[in-house]
Amino acid sequence: MRVGRARRALVYVLLALASLAVVFPLLLALSYSFMTESEIATYPPPLLPQAPTLDNYARVISTIPIGRYLVNSFIVSTLVVLGQIVTASLAAFAFVFLEFRWKTALFFIFLSTLMVPWEATIIPNYMTVRDLGWLDTYQGLAVPFMATAFGTFLLRQSFLQIPRDLRDAAVIDGAGPLRLLAMVVIPLARPALGTVAVYGFLSTWNQYFWPLLVTNQTLMRTTQIGVVQLRFEETLRWGLVMAGVMMIALPTLALLVIGQRQLVRGLTAGAVKG
Amino acid sequence: MRSPVGRRTRRLAIAFVFLAPSLALFAAFVFVPLGRTLYLSLFFTTPTGRLAAFAGLDQYIELLTSALFRSGIVASTLFALYAVPFGIAIALLLAVLANQRLRGINFFRTLMSSTIAVSAAVGSLLFLMLYNPSLGLLNYLLSLLGLRGISWLQDPGMAVVSLSLTTMWLVLGFNIIVLLAGLQGVPEELYEAAKLDGASGPRLFFRITVPLVSPFLFFLLVVDTIQVLQAFTQIHVLTRGGPIDATRTIVYSLYLDAFQNFQFGFASAQAFVLFLIVLVLTVLQFRYIEPRVHYQ
Repeated sequence: MRVGRARRALVYVLLALASLAVVFPLLLALSYSFMTESEIATYPPPLLPQAPTLDNYARVISTIPIGRYLVNSFIVSTLVVLGQIVTASLAAFAFVFLEFRWKTALFFIFLSTLMVPWEATIIPNYMTVRDLGWLDTYQGLAVPFMATAFGTFLLRQSFLQIPRDLRDAAVIDGAGPLRLLAMVVIPLARPALGTVAVYGFLSTWNQYFWPLLVTNQTLMRTTQIGVVQLRFEETLRWGLVMAGVMMIALPTLALLVIGQRQLVRGLTAGAVKG
Repeated sequence: MRSPVGRRTRRLAIAFVFLAPSLALFAAFVFVPLGRTLYLSLFFTTPTGRLAAFAGLDQYIELLTSALFRSGIVASTLFALYAVPFGIAIALLLAVLANQRLRGINFFRTLMSSTIAVSAAVGSLLFLMLYNPSLGLLNYLLSLLGLRGISWLQDPGMAVVSLSLTTMWLVLGFNIIVLLAGLQGVPEELYEAAKLDGASGPRLFFRITVPLVSPFLFFLLVVDTIQVLQAFTQIHVLTRGGPIDATRTIVYSLYLDAFQNFQFGFASAQAFVLFLIVLVLTVLQFRYIEPRVHYQ
């Protein structure tokens, strides 16, 4: 909406206050991560560190193998993203460009997976992964999430927008379905693929319940489990916990800033159809 | 020349090659496990999850008659009733505020929707700090207003509220992104016309904004309800189901029974009930609330 010059200042003030309120917990955590434990314990609670120190970050590194956790989370999230891109673009391609029987029924089977809460199947899934000998492995953390109905749906909507002429031209040139997918469809659907990738990475990086169940060895833990461990050290040190929080939240916040446009466009495309 | 039937089969075979990777994963990690959840729930199990004896519906009967399960239903219901409607309402207000054509508006939009990148574990730790009875900032702010401090996580009645506040903050980013998209689809002429008719602030909001974004509000209602009913991390970090089982929701209860008490059969009965609740709630929402949604 267009606003008059008189109201503009007021709107900016409200926007600033609202934004500040939303990010306040993160800012406070950032501030605490630079404070000593005795400073955090003073009353009234301080907002800014008197003498900023990096001690908490050093202590995180010496308390838990945070580097290893970051690597683990990065590997698992990347595996999931790669898997989802492959499975979802193959499936979406079939739903858009191939003619075959039971297409609608098969599409509904895909969508129906969205109706099954992960928690409702978590016990048999845990047993499957355990019986495969996949506890404490990357495949145990990643493989169950490599197919995505949401991503397939999103890519389908994007593939539907590809002009028929382009596709027909490729077919006349003798391109088979796989080449058509790789040479024509994928390059044109890059924004939607970006959305699937950013969303898949964020949600895998932020997982907690599943990694908690399928990892026991310290070295196979992921970031989220690792940082909650900091809370359960013998003495609860808030500065330490908040330094850990900052170290694992920064990668996703950075990804949000870089991938925001893509994420927003993709998610809202899903919502419009929802 | 191939027969039409042969061509049809060939086409299906080609399509199947493309669908197979997804279908195999869905079969292995969604459909078969859902069936196994139901199957396991009909048996008593050993601590490793082997079937010990057929239980029939005994575990369901035990579940439905237990006081703990009833309080679990109450906890899940309260959690959803607090977190979902208020979470959507706050997001709508913020989205309306951010739906302006102003310089630098994208900066504010990014800040407001930033919680979408924050994990449940991180968000819960942040609120754990804010809720701290002596050092936490929330009680300090209350004291500035001359109010007594609140036992955010120690008081059984308050614990669900505290969980809901944390959850509202966690879903805020996603809700704002969705609602901003909805608001941008509302034609400006509608506002201009209503203003000419003498409508102002709140009237415009309830007569034009709310009906026109109602498809998006409905989308959030369905998605957020499912999310809240599945919430685990917040409870694990903040309350561990306590105090006195006040936050032992269905999901947390099934976690405790499966992975702390090793009663996989009994926990599976709870998992299947969770599936049925989500299914029925979603159907009901589509049946009774969607007809009130205004589609352009």
